[in-house]
Amino acid sequence: MADKAYIIQSSPHFRDKDSVPKIMSVVIIALLPAVLSSLYFFRLKAVGLYVSCLLACLATEAIFLWVRKKPMESLWDGSAVITALLLAMTLPPTLSLELAVIGSVVAIALGKQVFGGLGYNIFNPALVGRAFLQTAFPVAMTTWFPPATLTVDAATFATPLGNLKFQEAIAQGTLTPLKDLFWGNTGGCLGETSAAALLLGAVILIFKKTIDWRIPAGIILALSVFSGIFWLVNPDKYASPVFHILAGGLMIGAFFMATDLVTSPITPKGTWIYALGIGLMVGLIRLFGGFPEGVMYSILFMNTSVPLLNRYSRPKILGERRKGS
Amino acid sequence: MKTKSFPHGVHPPELKELTEDTALQFMPPPEKVMIPLLQHFGKPADPLVQKGDEVLLGQKIGEAQGLFSASVHASVSGKVLSVDAFVHPGGTPVPAVTIANDGQDKSTDPKRKAKDPFSLSPEEIREKVKEAGVVGLGGAAFPTAVKLSPPKDKPIDTIIINGCECEPLLTSDNRLMLEYPDDILKGAELARIATGAERIIVGIEDNKRKAFDLFREKISEYNGDVVLLKTKYPEGAEKNLIYALLRRQVPRGGLPFDVGIVVQNVGTAKAIWEAVSATKPLYERALTVSGHSIAEPKNLMVRIGTPFQQAVDFCGGLKEDGNILIMGGPMMGIAQWSTEVPVIKGTSGILAWSAPAPSTERPCIRCGRCIEHCPMVLVPTQLAKYVQFDKLEEAEDWGILDCVECGSCQYICPSKIPLVHWIRLGKNRIMGLKKAKKA
Repeated sequence: MADKAYIIQSSPHFRDKDSVPKIMSVVIIALLPAVLSSLYFFRLKAVGLYVSCLLACLATEAIFLWVRKKPMESLWDGSAVITALLLAMTLPPTLSLELAVIGSVVAIALGKQVFGGLGYNIFNPALVGRAFLQTAFPVAMTTWFPPATLTVDAATFATPLGNLKFQEAIAQGTLTPLKDLFWGNTGGCLGETSAAALLLGAVILIFKKTIDWRIPAGIILALSVFSGIFWLVNPDKYASPVFHILAGGLMIGAFFMATDLVTSPITPKGTWIYALGIGLMVGLIRLFGGFPEGVMYSILFMNTSVPLLNRYSRPKILGERRKGS
Repeated sequence: MKTKSFPHGVHPPELKELTEDTALQFMPPPEKVMIPLLQHFGKPADPLVQKGDEVLLGQKIGEAQGLFSASVHASVSGKVLSVDAFVHPGGTPVPAVTIANDGQDKSTDPKRKAKDPFSLSPEEIREKVKEAGVVGLGGAAFPTAVKLSPPKDKPIDTIIINGCECEPLLTSDNRLMLEYPDDILKGAELARIATGAERIIVGIEDNKRKAFDLFREKISEYNGDVVLLKTKYPEGAEKNLIYALLRRQVPRGGLPFDVGIVVQNVGTAKAIWEAVSATKPLYERALTVSGHSIAEPKNLMVRIGTPFQQAVDFCGGLKEDGNILIMGGPMMGIAQWSTEVPVIKGTSGILAWSAPAPSTERPCIRCGRCIEHCPMVLVPTQLAKYVQFDKLEEAEDWGILDCVECGSCQYICPSKIPLVHWIRLGKNRIMGLKKAKKA
């Protein structure tokens, strides 16, 4: 008894059961409704893209862990799986599998591991992969394909936002109905089309407190106000805020991309600025930029501001008196 | 019933069911006690006895040194075996008086019937509290006489009696409230008189409804109130408790004095009453011996200086699987390497359980949960990083010295980063540099 060795550690001696792998698995579960809906709308094309992205992301992650002599256990922390799913979900269904693999390698290698792996990256890895593909293979990345549930001419098919920007959809009366945007019966990237499926996942994330609700709230608020002003002034030219929220990558971006824990601010005040910035920038690009869609660039751009936002938004300590308060 | 609380904090498993209905039991004094001369915040007491001396129960054996210190008294009668360094639950050896118990409990003087305690002046109350070596029994062991001496320019309006006992597993404060409510309230009244406060507020968490109902009944005899608080950790941390009850913020680096408040733990209030009404020095205290590796968890009244081993044996001994031994609560308690350490004035609990293998530490994923749960509204992950990279000035700028080391951040961290450890290290370094600068 006297020789018994007790564990010596500094307090606290109790730990919550939640862990990084558990948080990641909640995110994966929350992504499943949108994954399933994309499988329904895009069938085998979707299967191919998901499988290639998953294999390529995990392989790249494994190689880096091996080279950097990090525990191989980290491969299964769930973060690489999330990157793979998110990347696949933001690709056009027609994309060739080789390009999906290239995008995956870039996402993990340049988006995450070169910074030091999980927790150290500045940009959302999936969006780095996507941005690379967009720049390197612009045609392949903007060739769209209608979902299996629509019977239209595939050759001239465009996304709802593309229609809006380049084909005067409002004047022509061909603007995608909100109902189709909500359920996902429309063109676009694999996992971005069904707002309903994404919202189902978002409820899980918010209910489990996995993501900060301020981020989607701030993005949607800023985009609504910005697009709403123009819509009120000239509804014949500008689409309504509801259209903008449901169309394109806004839903998946607001709930699943901008909310990435590592690349969003840690302070409440910083989070608000970050989210409002993204929403505003999406509005600017969609209404006045050269591209029909701006979610990816807006998030990547605001990612760069995160260290600065964290630094200048320290919360007020209990008992602290600042000037003017 | 609506409860009051503070923002942030965590809710670890309470595990109070092991002992909450177990009445306090007086543990027979052991054959030998080791009484450290430093059991409080501040300077160690000076020994007044030497090897071979005969001492009486309650006899002063260590004299307080200066203001931030407390006297120490014999907890048994008998012969002094040694005055020498001895293992201390704080981790470092401390001078201690070892006394062989003669089993007589011969007291210093028959308990004098003092004059009505409530007619005493504030000075007289403080003097008696100081003589009795009373310190805060919630865990920090701050000399109580100092707490009862507010500076002249800081008028006190409220005495808060802390009945939160927000640490998991601990239930001895709950038992004190159920079994000695009058002593606690009389002690609170004396503290009110000593500080010139107007009223008493007792704060009790809503997992102790029986104690709350009892105090609700008793408080009518006093100018005061009993408030139900949400069961949340660290509800009983001084600054959070003050905020929860009165929405007052103790300024950074300040004391409750600064907002007109003095906080006393329920056990301390009882000790004040005993010191003033019966001239009884603080030589025993209530504590909880619990955890899943204690055979028969109990609440005990234990003499100061009793080795942990004997208290554990009195509770049926330690089960085979017990691999962690804690003094205090699971959130802020100190891990012990030996059962030979003695019970001191700050020992609110002796806990043992079977701790799982430590989980892998992963990189910070910047989820911000440590910020969301920090009761002081600090940014623990950033503080830990500043310390890791030796950026102590930034750490100080970001409020590292405001950290109360409650452990909420580390409890909640999904990456299992030892945040409190890093913050403690940073605080120590900063304080060390400050001392060096002064010298």
